[in-house]
Amino acid sequence: MEMLPGIYRWIHIMAGIMWVGLLYYFNFVQVPAMKAAQADSSAAGIAKHVAPRALFYFRWAALVTWLAGAALLGSNFVSAFTFAAGFQKIGVGAWLGTIMLLNVWGIIWPNQKKILGLVPATYEQKNKARRIAFLASRTNTALSIPMLFFMVAQTHIPL
Amino acid sequence: MKNPLDSLWGTVITGLVLTIILYYIVKTVIGG
Repeated sequence: MEMLPGIYRWIHIMAGIMWVGLLYYFNFVQVPAMKAAQADSSAAGIAKHVAPRALFYFRWAALVTWLAGAALLGSNFVSAFTFAAGFQKIGVGAWLGTIMLLNVWGIIWPNQKKILGLVPATYEQKNKARRIAFLASRTNTALSIPMLFFMVAQTHIPL
Repeated sequence: MKNPLDSLWGTVITGLVLTIILYYIVKTVIGG
């Protein structure tokens, strides 16, 4: 039982690396690559073979990261989310991570399903979904910067 | 006004600015 917090932290960090790593892959690599690929008609391969796999690990890693983080907080879960004394820094990190998780499952994934043709959508609906998913993904990229700062700050950066 | 999230650097700068703002808010709340 003494090992559990360490195990939760290990899972939290591993899944978090996969989640944020894939988030950065989408924003720093895939989106710019898709623009170039559309110009020479090679985008279909990325959309068919790469994006669905990346999205699969992305969304499930997001959930595992959050669940392992919640387990790691344990009895301090409420203290963190209510910014109780001593928990303000991790509280900000936890809230930002939670907003990012909700962005993944509530906005990015439902819109990606339309873009990838996993659910029926008209051309206009796909275009709208593309813009919404793009902005939600960019929002998560921006939020990841303070989120990681405050996760680290709880024990390593004195304020 | 252009949405800063449309550019990669705009996104990174938005994140850094947000970090600084939240840093000072939390620092004030903690009383450091």
